[in-house]
Amino acid sequence: MKKIHSLAEFSRFQKTWSARKNGDPTVVVSSGTCGQARGSEDVIIAFEKVLSRRGKRPQFDFKVTGCHGFCEVEPIVRIEPRGIFYQRVTPADVEEIISETIGEGKIVDRLLFRDPVTGEKCLRAKDIPFYRKQKLLISGNNMRINPARIEDYLEAGGYAALAKVLKGVKPERLIDEVKKAGLRGRGGGGFFAWKKWESCRNAHGKIKYVICNADEGDPGAYMDRSLLEGNPHSILEGMLIGAYAIGVSEGYIYVRREYPLAIQNVETAIEQARKLGLLGRNILGTGFSFDVKIAIGGGAFVCGESTALMSSIEGKRGEPRAKYVHTVEKGLWNRPSNLNNVETWANVPLIINKGAKWYSKIGTEGSKGTKIFSLVGKINNTGLVEVPMGITLREIIFDIGGGIPDGKKFKAVQTGGPSGGCLPESLLDLSVDFDRLSEVGSMMGSGGMIVMDETTCMVDLAKYFLNFLLDESCGMCFPCREGLDQLLTIVTAITVGKGKPEDLQLLQEIGGMMKDASLCALGRTAPNPLLSTMRYFQDEYEAHILKKKCPAGVCKALICYEIWKDKCAGCAACAKLCPEKAISGAKNRPHEIDPAKCIKCGICKDTCKYGAIQVI
Amino acid sequence: MKILKGHGAMMKREEIMLEKIFKKYKLQKSALVPVLQDIQAEYGYLPEDVLRQVARKMKISLIEVFGVATFYKSLSLIPRGRHHIQVCTGTACHVRGAKRVLEEFERDLCTCAGQTTEDQEFSLETVNCVGACALGPMVIVDGGKYHGHMTATKVKPCIRKITRKEAE
Repeated sequence: MKKIHSLAEFSRFQKTWSARKNGDPTVVVSSGTCGQARGSEDVIIAFEKVLSRRGKRPQFDFKVTGCHGFCEVEPIVRIEPRGIFYQRVTPADVEEIISETIGEGKIVDRLLFRDPVTGEKCLRAKDIPFYRKQKLLISGNNMRINPARIEDYLEAGGYAALAKVLKGVKPERLIDEVKKAGLRGRGGGGFFAWKKWESCRNAHGKIKYVICNADEGDPGAYMDRSLLEGNPHSILEGMLIGAYAIGVSEGYIYVRREYPLAIQNVETAIEQARKLGLLGRNILGTGFSFDVKIAIGGGAFVCGESTALMSSIEGKRGEPRAKYVHTVEKGLWNRPSNLNNVETWANVPLIINKGAKWYSKIGTEGSKGTKIFSLVGKINNTGLVEVPMGITLREIIFDIGGGIPDGKKFKAVQTGGPSGGCLPESLLDLSVDFDRLSEVGSMMGSGGMIVMDETTCMVDLAKYFLNFLLDESCGMCFPCREGLDQLLTIVTAITVGKGKPEDLQLLQEIGGMMKDASLCALGRTAPNPLLSTMRYFQDEYEAHILKKKCPAGVCKALICYEIWKDKCAGCAACAKLCPEKAISGAKNRPHEIDPAKCIKCGICKDTCKYGAIQVI
Repeated sequence: MKILKGHGAMMKREEIMLEKIFKKYKLQKSALVPVLQDIQAEYGYLPEDVLRQVARKMKISLIEVFGVATFYKSLSLIPRGRHHIQVCTGTACHVRGAKRVLEEFERDLCTCAGQTTEDQEFSLETVNCVGACALGPMVIVDGGKYHGHMTATKVKPCIRKITRKEAE
């Protein structure tokens, strides 16, 4: 493709892109990180083998895209334009798909998704309960676009919003449009995007920056990764529009190192956009210049905080600073800098294309648009779900997520990652938006939603988050560093049966102090997972402290493995695998566990076919 | 004499490699993190003498270089083993029992998370979410091979598979 020199040339091109459609069916294979982990690359190789074969074979186009969201049933293969949805495809299925579906137009029944409730087969994605309640405004293009081809993005209407803006929309009007749309930051706090944009625009300084925060450190959240991998141009377009509104010519994308595919796809996207004249000097001949660099994170959770992120780009330790002066005035290299999250940037082209009026109709009064959540943990349909703000937790977990596996009982859902909280069953009908979640002691965060069942111990979970945060705290301010250490010491004591009733009061006090006195948001929100579990699952804390029992059977010091004599068949499978040789017994007779030798690794329980080993 | 010569050749190769990295980032102070990441990728860790060279060349104080080198998770001052095992301990993997998987690896390899075995064969590390939560608990071997739905029982066979592949 050649460089485009003017807006007129761009709109001419646009017409040819939208007209370019042939009649051949297209095979679409999803291959994000989760798809690759499930073997999508082998499926792609199998298709490519057929494509390279000479001789007679059915004609079809082939496309590899990013994540389609339904990670549970990857690798997914779609046959367009009919929209046939094949799941859990293996290389062995490829020949059949080509000869049957593409050649004959028949459906391969066994590859269709079956609704676990009704048992019905679902032909297309929209028939599947997982997709039915979703509103795929931001992530929908992931299914249509090969992220390595800018042509695909352009065919889907990409960069039209940029062209529209560059035709002469005044920056102030643009900011006003984002204000009317009510776009709030998707990275955690939910700060209004227009406020940041406006302050940064009005800040003094010749050189300013826009930054995309792609340091998705929340463990259990990966929606930003999926957007970066599957549709990197939408983020670039959002940044371009933001840069135009604020009056900036330099930008950074800060990506975490754990996402190699995302880094690769963003690099490719930047290169292609530069070649086409959509990034760089004098974009589309309008005199507007903007370019983006990638900064790769070194693996530190705190670098998701704006000032820490900027100090990391500067090549220093990722330590935050107090924000008496906001980053929109003095940020990266002490220059005005506007930082927004990946998903926030991806929302911008949508608002420009469809208009603020249309956008603001979606969602609740205070929270507009959609939000992508990563629905993970003890849930049947693991995956990324994009839903309008205001949907209830129950709808997300049970209607979209398909409930809890193995017939177990729902216990809690954790939102907002290490800064968020755990919500119990009684709050399942809570509508999900920025304000409601904060009211009940959690937060939207970046959108991780971890579902837990009755076998998850809430005290252990609190310990997990404290451990994580202590590890990730930069150690600069005292309340965060020492507070976390003390909290962890006390909670650890509770999990090993050394907790005292007065500990609960002490935990509250230390948590409150951290909220008030920590320097950055990491420390201020760090007690949230602990305090919310204490608030909603007090009985579990009391069981650990008073009865010295772990009701979920997780905390090792408080549990014991035992063999049910009447269920044990004496097959000795467990005895063979026991690393400490703690299980003994005669052949075909009930076995026994020696509690003195047992290290409670649980291998015996996993191995037993008869369900004879129980935790007490 | 022969050994000395070999040593000299290696030193030279190292120097060329370092020069290349410095050149790539034009000795800009802001490039300290990527410079260290590139060195880590070449050596598998950050040797002390190399860090001293970095400080001298880039005109950054040694304490600052060490500060950065010890701050980020992807940088390590300890040599890595020949095989690299990463156990995902993200929240989704945690609630599905990643801790038990990690403990089993620690026991089997006689090492701790963040350390390398004495024979320099295995490095064991935890990682905070690789974004493949549907497959949790997740273990990644040598940076690319994903082992999903891990349990403590599958740990021994997993290690055996790595060593067996080696023998072949």
